[in-house]
Amino acid sequence: MASEAVYSHRDPMLKKRDDFEDILEERRNCSDLRYALKCYTPVVYKGLTPCKAGVLKNMVLQSDQLHYVINQVSKETGKAPEDVQEEASAILEEMAHRMQLSTVRFFAFTLCKVFKTLFRSICVNEEGIQRLQQAIQEHPVVLLPSHRSYMDFLLMSYILFTYDLALPVIAAGMDFMGMKIVGEMLRMSGAFFIRRSFGGDKLYWAVFSEYVKTILKNGLAPVEFFLEGTRSRTAKSLTPKLGLLNIVMDPFLKGEVFDINVVPVSISYERILEETLYARELLGVPKPKESTSGLFKARRVLSEDYGSIHVYFGQPVSVRSLAEGRVNRCQFNLTPRHIPKRPSDDVHSFVNAAAYRLVRAQEENMVLKPWVLLASLLLQNHHQDLDQDRAAGPERGMGLDELTEEALWLRDVCRQYGAFLHWPDHVPPSEVVSSSLDLHRGLVRISEGRVRLAVEHAAGPSGPGVHPGAGPEEQLLNQAVVVLSCASYRNQALHVFLRPALLASAMHIATSSNKQEVFNSFSFLRNMFSNEFILCPGATMQDFEEACFLLVKTGVLQITEQEVLSTHRGHRTLAFLTRMMDPFLQGYQVICMFLCEEASEALTEKTFIPAVRGFMVKQLLSGRLRYTEVLSSDLQKNALAALLRLGAVLKTKGADQTTLKVNRVMVNSLEDTLGGKLPTQKAAVARL
Amino acid sequence: CGSTSNTDAGGLFMWMSLIGHSLRQEIMKWNGWGYVDSKFQFNKKGQAEFTGKRYRLSGMVMPALKEWFESTFGASLQHKTPASAIPNSSAVQPPILNEAFVEDLKSTGIPFSQDAEDRVFRAHGHCLHEIFALREGKVGRVPDMVVWPSNHNDVVKIVELACKHNVCLIPYGGGTSVSSALECPPEETRTIVSVDTSQMNRILWIDEKNLTAHVEAGIVGQELERLLNESGYCTGHEPDSMEFSSLGGWVATRASGMKKNIYGNIEDLVVHIRMVTPQGVIEKSCQGPRMSTGPDIHHFILGSEGTLGVVTEVTMKIRPMPEYQKYGSVVFPNFEQGVACLRELTLITNVFAGHALKPQKFYITKFKGFDPNRLCVATLLFEGDRERVLQHEKQVYDIAAKFGGLAAGEDNGQRGYMLTFVIAYLRDLGMDYYVIGESFETSVPWDRVLDICRNVKERIIRECKERGVQFPPLSTCRVTQTYDAGACVYFYFAFNYRGLSDPVHVYEQVEHAARDEILANGGSLSHHHGVGKLRKEWMRETVSRVGMGMLKSVKDYVDPGNIFGNRNLL
Repeated sequence: MASEAVYSHRDPMLKKRDDFEDILEERRNCSDLRYALKCYTPVVYKGLTPCKAGVLKNMVLQSDQLHYVINQVSKETGKAPEDVQEEASAILEEMAHRMQLSTVRFFAFTLCKVFKTLFRSICVNEEGIQRLQQAIQEHPVVLLPSHRSYMDFLLMSYILFTYDLALPVIAAGMDFMGMKIVGEMLRMSGAFFIRRSFGGDKLYWAVFSEYVKTILKNGLAPVEFFLEGTRSRTAKSLTPKLGLLNIVMDPFLKGEVFDINVVPVSISYERILEETLYARELLGVPKPKESTSGLFKARRVLSEDYGSIHVYFGQPVSVRSLAEGRVNRCQFNLTPRHIPKRPSDDVHSFVNAAAYRLVRAQEENMVLKPWVLLASLLLQNHHQDLDQDRAAGPERGMGLDELTEEALWLRDVCRQYGAFLHWPDHVPPSEVVSSSLDLHRGLVRISEGRVRLAVEHAAGPSGPGVHPGAGPEEQLLNQAVVVLSCASYRNQALHVFLRPALLASAMHIATSSNKQEVFNSFSFLRNMFSNEFILCPGATMQDFEEACFLLVKTGVLQITEQEVLSTHRGHRTLAFLTRMMDPFLQGYQVICMFLCEEASEALTEKTFIPAVRGFMVKQLLSGRLRYTEVLSSDLQKNALAALLRLGAVLKTKGADQTTLKVNRVMVNSLEDTLGGKLPTQKAAVARL
Repeated sequence: CGSTSNTDAGGLFMWMSLIGHSLRQEIMKWNGWGYVDSKFQFNKKGQAEFTGKRYRLSGMVMPALKEWFESTFGASLQHKTPASAIPNSSAVQPPILNEAFVEDLKSTGIPFSQDAEDRVFRAHGHCLHEIFALREGKVGRVPDMVVWPSNHNDVVKIVELACKHNVCLIPYGGGTSVSSALECPPEETRTIVSVDTSQMNRILWIDEKNLTAHVEAGIVGQELERLLNESGYCTGHEPDSMEFSSLGGWVATRASGMKKNIYGNIEDLVVHIRMVTPQGVIEKSCQGPRMSTGPDIHHFILGSEGTLGVVTEVTMKIRPMPEYQKYGSVVFPNFEQGVACLRELTLITNVFAGHALKPQKFYITKFKGFDPNRLCVATLLFEGDRERVLQHEKQVYDIAAKFGGLAAGEDNGQRGYMLTFVIAYLRDLGMDYYVIGESFETSVPWDRVLDICRNVKERIIRECKERGVQFPPLSTCRVTQTYDAGACVYFYFAFNYRGLSDPVHVYEQVEHAARDEILANGGSLSHHHGVGKLRKEWMRETVSRVGMGMLKSVKDYVDPGNIFGNRNLL
């Protein structure tokens, strides 16, 4: 457990962060054209030997790595090596970027216009830019931005162009290629395209990994990709994907470069462009295929105000220092380095731990706006209203003063937990609250001085597709769109509260205040939710200690040798924290209930989501379930992944589909434990 | 045609057959490299010169050296760190004497000494920390006695007495160790006797039919070459230290010479070895050129680093002296091209002795069209009959041209060879002015050469910075030996230590980190310097646990009382 420790546990209040500069401000005052045509001379990697795109392709095609795999594939398939070589060449052709400064300038010009219309400001920490500039000169650089919007990678390139930094080469999903012109333009601005899945395709993997490594090793350009693999529809960080991270760390581990700098970048949007789009997607309205015309239809988004964006370039992380003492690089001494090998256990666990660490670094530097706190409070209030059956009465919602007071309280808690909260302290709190509500007016209703979620009119102004006023199920889905949109803002702050909230919930479900028992419950919940939230593998003890530290420091808990006790004044915090976790707890419980009561023998991986959704809708409509949030397919998928991981559900691969086999006894006991009906005994924890 | 490479390079003509056992001490420095009369110094005008008459460089003034020295290290002639005087006998611990042993030894008539100076002289090799301590007048545990056996039988007697009286023996050949192999273990409480083999320096016979020579193991490289040359032969074994290092030392450390591409390394050159161990004498029964008789027992001896016994006599292969010799050099636009070319040359021909080296700017002239900060020079030596030498030379230059290499003349080549002999003197100059440094080596597969060079150099620079070294260090490397499967790479590392309270400790930490980096990049623990005590900690991971067990069990059988207690290797 201790050996997995990646962070040092310290007071989060002491975190130091840089100041921001608004890069749009200058754009509003001088010519965009001149900006786009400015002299662009970025500093480059000190060991760089510049080369053209064609040379790069040749380097890849002639590498020992690729030759080896080509011969291997040729032997296995009986195809002539020349044919396989042709295939490789075609893959590379489909994949490779063709960066052109003129296209970049075109984007710079266009994006200026777009950004100025959409956003009030784009704030960047310039110290981070300076650190990045330094890092680019010293070692090959990997940029790891968080992924919340399509906008992310254009925005990244835009910022780097603005600051005269080397433009990155960006790993993009193949789906973009569907957009004919845009796809090609993205390619010319530095994107390269990878297929979403190429599991067993050795040749594809070899071309792809060699392409990335060649760019990186030679320091031709910073390599940029999304650790989370895809856009997070929920604004929670996603469990990191290790494929590309493995590839970019490989040149260091094999000694082909002295070091690699990995730079986590946190991009936070005050208002997400895809807000209701995501909510609908999570509710099962399938995601529209990326197409150029679709993008233009989205033009109406241009007429709206999306607040500001904060982009924080984190401290560059040296892969060498990450690997120090964790990976024995001698393991690569006994086979030629060009022969592909599965990562050994220690490399795998190192890359995994590094990935979590980097995602947490992204989380920590996400700027939270006041609205995030308001959304959290309004969501909790919404559910309390439902509980107390005043959903339709005049007492529903929160008074503006009450909301302001609660927000100020939450602001202080947040800060004590070390959140990167941008609350304008020089503005009167009531104005902060009202302007936040105004920006998100699609999600809230204000009448007679009371604020509530806009659940009855649903779907917001920019959300076509779900028609209001239809049957009860559709009404429910309409409400869910608003709730999920709101939840996505609350989720932005989840990482701040996560550990204390798990502890609060653990105290709730534990049968006594005995410290060991509370720890067992904490450990159980943490294990249960490790697909849902970013919880570093093996760091249970640190997480528990961090939670205890924060709650004791803020006077919420008293912890003795034997007991974890809540204080009188800690009640408010504990209640808030447990309410934050409740939708997740209930969601997982319902899924367990579904698996025990409703799931048929023929349940497959594919039918799981629709089936569980149908079950939940029934439960919600009958009033047995209160959180519409549980309709999120993200939560459902995570819960299934957790149950599979714990062995409560087993996959059996059939001829054409994978069926799910439910261990009812185990699922049942998990459900009871989540509901606090069963003690989390040591045995239970050990078994999990 | 009697000219060989070392007439130009070494101080051969001044070397006399040593009659008196203390003569060596009189002509050699006690706290630095080489001869007392030969050293770099800055004259009154502030120009560097090399003193003495022994080397081609002797008496020459090198104006560029000062600038190079000052700009590379940020050193200044104003800031001197002179060495302290030779410690008087009161500064040296009185000897721990096993009286019974001394009595028995006296009766054999083998000369011995308990003189402080004799003992201090044999208490060290040439590691930086050893020389640095001597310059500061610090002396730790030293041998309690020195004995001078004059033949195999003397050694047998000494070893027998040592076993009888339980005293510790440390064989001493040329004293050029750079692995802390000669350091006396401070925890050793027995009498430590330094067995100085310098009097065992005769060629016992030359067999012209089989081209072998039977030689006493205490003979020093240049002396062996000189004596063989008199009969028209040579061994071709020319390590950089050949002026001072001994045949027995080569065997005990698995030495390698710069002409190994033609003649082979020491393990290829020996036909028969005789070693005296506490269990008795080990040797083979015949001089067959190769045998299939189980594991080759020579390989227990080669590289045993004085832990098993004293090598007393060796039969070596000899060759007629080459009819014709020609130096050469090639300049490459960069190190990468140079390495690629050496790789190619090694595959095609092994008729040259060559090494690619990154230039020290103070001696390389400018080449047109080459970036002086990146260019690299390979020095070459061709030997054989005239016609073939010229033919090979052409072949080599043709190949070099494919890698952008230009022939850079015989002079540069010869200077490169000369430099290998005087380079060790440079360290002493640095140490007069706050600059300390060292070289260390490794062997590595070809595909790793460039990676290891880059990473180790960078690691050195970074470690220096982290440890508070004020000026960027000199961190450079060269390829000195080539094999079909890889190369030997030397790293040179030196820095200005002004402002550091414990420079040697900093140095050691950096070297340690550099060695870790070498191993992590697929390099070996050592190509030919050996392990000694300096690199012991990495032995287990280098040869595996079972390998360690094998070596230990050999030691346990051969020397159960740990008479050869220098504690090297294991």
